[in-house]
Amino acid sequence: MTLNSFESLVIIGVIALGTFITRALPFICFPNESKTPKYILYLGKVLPYPAIGLLIVYCLKNVSILQSPHGIPEGIAVLCVVLLHLWKENTFLSIGGGTLVYMLLLKLI
Amino acid sequence: MDGKIKALKAAFPHTIPVMAGYLFLGTAFGILLSSKGYHFGWAILMSIFIFAGSMQFVAVNLLVSAFNPLSAFFITLIVNSRHLFYGISMLEKFRGTGGKKAYLIWGLTDETYSLLCSLDTPDGVDRGWFMFFITLLNQIYWVCGSAIGALIGSMFTINTNGIDFVMTALFIVIFINQWKAQKQHAPAIIGLFSSLICLILFGADNFIIPSMILIVIILTVFRGRLEKEEYR
Repeated sequence: MTLNSFESLVIIGVIALGTFITRALPFICFPNESKTPKYILYLGKVLPYPAIGLLIVYCLKNVSILQSPHGIPEGIAVLCVVLLHLWKENTFLSIGGGTLVYMLLLKLI
Repeated sequence: MDGKIKALKAAFPHTIPVMAGYLFLGTAFGILLSSKGYHFGWAILMSIFIFAGSMQFVAVNLLVSAFNPLSAFFITLIVNSRHLFYGISMLEKFRGTGGKKAYLIWGLTDETYSLLCSLDTPDGVDRGWFMFFITLLNQIYWVCGSAIGALIGSMFTINTNGIDFVMTALFIVIFINQWKAQKQHAPAIIGLFSSLICLILFGADNFIIPSMILIVIILTVFRGRLEKEEYR
């Protein structure tokens, strides 16, 4: 554990609060769907897509292209997930297969 | 009481696909968390109080970084921003569910949302209790999965190096699913490239908030065009 128990509890509490806020905010701000501003509805509709792109970059943020192994294990594993998912469209297989490949690559390199 | 049992019986079959997914992902989460030195009590605590699959994986990262609650809070808002949309589309459906409404909102995960969206309450079953049990059953699967994972992780010293990739893979799978379901790919591409540019400009520790701002600016500037394309 990097953080002590108290710090961990604070982080978990803050995340729980933030999560509940994102879920509850529409019910608090817009008790009526027809009165919700069009701009908010637009953002609500379109944001889920870039949010996932951002998360993928977030997951890979510490990969260094310049230093060995130059992001090669990550690149191969990402490709495995994409190909497995395009091929079989089975979520467990894509996630499990890609992760297994990644773990093996880390062991080998 | 009869009404509740009826609602539970009606809800259960619909949750079976989520059971498989949550047990699997929950187990992965538990193993990952225990690999960072947190025993299964922590996994259960997080799965009860946070109950957000992808966010809990991100939370593991936050727990092994320097202590920064404010940044953790903003990352949570950003990672879960998609829930705003879920809430907006559930405004009408959750109306009149009384005290259960707070829990329905609490448990509005991606998977619960997709079930509630696609399901109509069967005749003669209370709508509020039906949605309540769908949410509750899903959470039970998630809590069990993460507890099992954390126990496995604490009993066996498995080489978990690289298991974090589960999270990356999960997001890639969601990305592909979204890509296939949408005709318009501009928002997804905007998300990827804005984040990449900000990562290069601001570095790994500070790029999240600039990325989010850049994404919202681009989406706002091109709103006219993006909204029009949707109705083609």
